[in-house]
Amino acid sequence: MNTPGTPSRPSRRAFLGAAAATGATGAVLLAPGIQLVEVAQAAAPNAASAGGPGATALPGANPRVRWGLLIDTTKCAPGCTDCVSACRTEHGLPEPKRRTDVQWIRKIEIKAIDTGRQGSLPVMCQHCAKPPCVDVCPTGASFKRADGVVLVDRHLCIGCRYCMMACPYKARSFVHEPVTDQKPDAPRGMGCVESCTLCVHRIDAGHMAGGGSTACAEACTKAGHGAILFGDLNDPHSEISRRVKEIRSTVLRADLRVEPGVHYLGL
Amino acid sequence: MRRVLSFLPTLALAMFATAGMAADGPARTPVPAIEKAAAGTTCVAPTEVMRRDHMKFLKHQRDDTVHGGIRGAKFSLKGCIDCHASARTGSVASAPGDFCASCHAYAAVTIDCFECHTPKMRARTAALAASAAQGKP
Repeated sequence: MNTPGTPSRPSRRAFLGAAAATGATGAVLLAPGIQLVEVAQAAAPNAASAGGPGATALPGANPRVRWGLLIDTTKCAPGCTDCVSACRTEHGLPEPKRRTDVQWIRKIEIKAIDTGRQGSLPVMCQHCAKPPCVDVCPTGASFKRADGVVLVDRHLCIGCRYCMMACPYKARSFVHEPVTDQKPDAPRGMGCVESCTLCVHRIDAGHMAGGGSTACAEACTKAGHGAILFGDLNDPHSEISRRVKEIRSTVLRADLRVEPGVHYLGL
Repeated sequence: MRRVLSFLPTLALAMFATAGMAADGPARTPVPAIEKAAAGTTCVAPTEVMRRDHMKFLKHQRDDTVHGGIRGAKFSLKGCIDCHASARTGSVASAPGDFCASCHAYAAVTIDCFECHTPKMRARTAALAASAAQGKP
């Protein structure tokens, strides 16, 4: 507080406040060679998302959206692995040679013992609303985005593989070998856990609004099966939520009550 | 105090000016040979700011991108790579003379970015692949 009678010197608080206010346009010059970059950045954490000056950033994960998949196992062709190879191409994953190699999506062949009905289905990260992998992660590397996509932040992952043990769907893999020639949109490296990202780079680029889809769903449609449907489960007008509303779908291991975002038909 | 501080930018400029002179002849101290960015491009911030703070910009931006899904903002590693990839290798850290590698080797600071991120430029990677495919008989 300024005591009455003292000459008006700008207080530290006022100075920093003014510095922060001008910070949106760039760093603040305190003295030649010394800049208050931290204040400038603290002042504009959401300038990009709010369409701040000069920002061309896309808005980011929308909390009103819940991305999910609907997989029709009656259309899924046994022996077809188009979704698996499309995922591998999209994210630059190597051809698996050993049991420990990474797999973001895998095909499972099933047989009903009582009726003898055979079928197959792809299983990937189920993007749970209550993900056990997030609960157990000691570093916060495993997290759920605002739009329901469950991801691993490789900057924080220490490779403890606790999430792999917690996941009831065996959806996560550990990268044992050094990685080269990654895709620009899918950075990945040795010592981290990884799993299906629901093609998050496509979501963030705004492809989904224009009728875009994940790599696996695209490949399945291209192969003529159309067994995988991607969409917003929260939007009542989207095809996925209309079909989920019309036909009884199941989720894998519903008894665990993790509320997966991937639904299956004909199981 | 002010007089002392005013030397700092001059000193920094002098240091990097000698870096530019490396090609002219052997200097007294070894300096990194920094490759110029792609012609006709402008950096997102002044060179002095980028030299000092690029790691902070990238670190702040990465959390917004990974956790918030905000892409295409001002500071992006992909954006850096697109302009600064070497004309020869199409990469910023594959060969010792590439943009990131040359300075980081000089300063003895390990770059961890490219353990996971590709150091190769997007457009040029595609172009190189296309030319390689065409070159095959």
